[in-house]
Amino acid sequence: MIQKFADRLVYDIFAIDSSTSLGQAVNFFVYDTVKILTLLFLISVIMGMVNAYFPIERLRGYLSSRKLYGLQYLLASLFGAITPFCSCSSIPLFIGFVKGGIPLGVTFAYLITSPLVNEVAVAMFIGIFGVRITAIYVIGGIVLGTTGGWLLGRMRLEPYLSDWVKQIQQNSASDSGAWQKEHTPFVKRLPVIMHEAMATVRGVLIYIITGIGIGAFMHGYVPEGFFEQYMSKDSLFAVPMSVILAVPMYANAAGIVPVVQVFVAKGIPIGTALAFMMAIVGLSLPEATLLKKVMSWRLIGIFFAVTCLCIIILGYLFNALL
Amino acid sequence: MEIKVLGTGCASCKALYTATEQVVSRLGLNATLVKEEDLSKIMEYNVMTLPALVVDGKVVGKGNLSAKEIEKLLTE
Repeated sequence: MIQKFADRLVYDIFAIDSSTSLGQAVNFFVYDTVKILTLLFLISVIMGMVNAYFPIERLRGYLSSRKLYGLQYLLASLFGAITPFCSCSSIPLFIGFVKGGIPLGVTFAYLITSPLVNEVAVAMFIGIFGVRITAIYVIGGIVLGTTGGWLLGRMRLEPYLSDWVKQIQQNSASDSGAWQKEHTPFVKRLPVIMHEAMATVRGVLIYIITGIGIGAFMHGYVPEGFFEQYMSKDSLFAVPMSVILAVPMYANAAGIVPVVQVFVAKGIPIGTALAFMMAIVGLSLPEATLLKKVMSWRLIGIFFAVTCLCIIILGYLFNALL
Repeated sequence: MEIKVLGTGCASCKALYTATEQVVSRLGLNATLVKEEDLSKIMEYNVMTLPALVVDGKVVGKGNLSAKEIEKLLTE
């Protein structure tokens, strides 16, 4: 259906010859954009529904009031995956968790997964790589958050929080009364959820179009095997190298997935490409400066190092398994 | 009426501020509109999702709100 639409729009309405490479490129671009935007809308609606029933406040109450014997890391990581990510919310979230008495490691589990697995990344992955690779990416991201959070939790890093956070930690044992549970019937919620999904699509529209545009451009103009010089297929150091390259950079999932697709098409192993993407989306210099408000540089360093290590291990695993 | 938009300056925070500004002027509300960007002040409101809308010291809404929703929150 989308293909038919793209054919009609490009070949009939724009009257670009279907046999030219320009025609094919524009057609491909229209098809990919429409497909991904549709997927993004659908996934945002589904995630909105899940979120309506499991708001972050409820998760906090759940995590702080129960003994979960290690499962709390997985739970926090899973929640990181289903809640929409916005970089401006990461600090309030962090403090909200600390206030609720949730251990630092569990908070980290959430913080690691949240930017990695979100509606935009999932929609782009399904649209570009298909369901199988998407599932691997999502599960990989959740495992990464869980193990990273667990490792960080074992290190007893509380002394390295900033003074401001320590103060908050002391002052409040738990406060969960701020947001009362609302009992809105589902039918009433649906328009709000749809509206939010539309807002998500609108919000990343420009990034998706740019990303697909760059991807399409690279497809055509970057020579086969170009990246292999830097991220060589067989080199043992390809995965750590690409991760270290990626950490200071930041792009959101919408912009980076089409680029990763080109990497894979030009011969980079999928594990190396996924590790590169995780490091770009999950860790960045802007994020480090944001976190400075709540952590000492030392803690930020440890957080980044542990997350990097886990991404590198995942990268090797993906390369070995796929 | 005192209206505050809590946000650290990301795109959706700015969008909420502009939308609220428009609603206030369209309805001709007698209100002061403030943008709160200081994190330590924001955290006093107990929010975990930004941006958030505060009316007379009480958090009434959060996230991406449409003009219609803002109007409803402000007139209640």
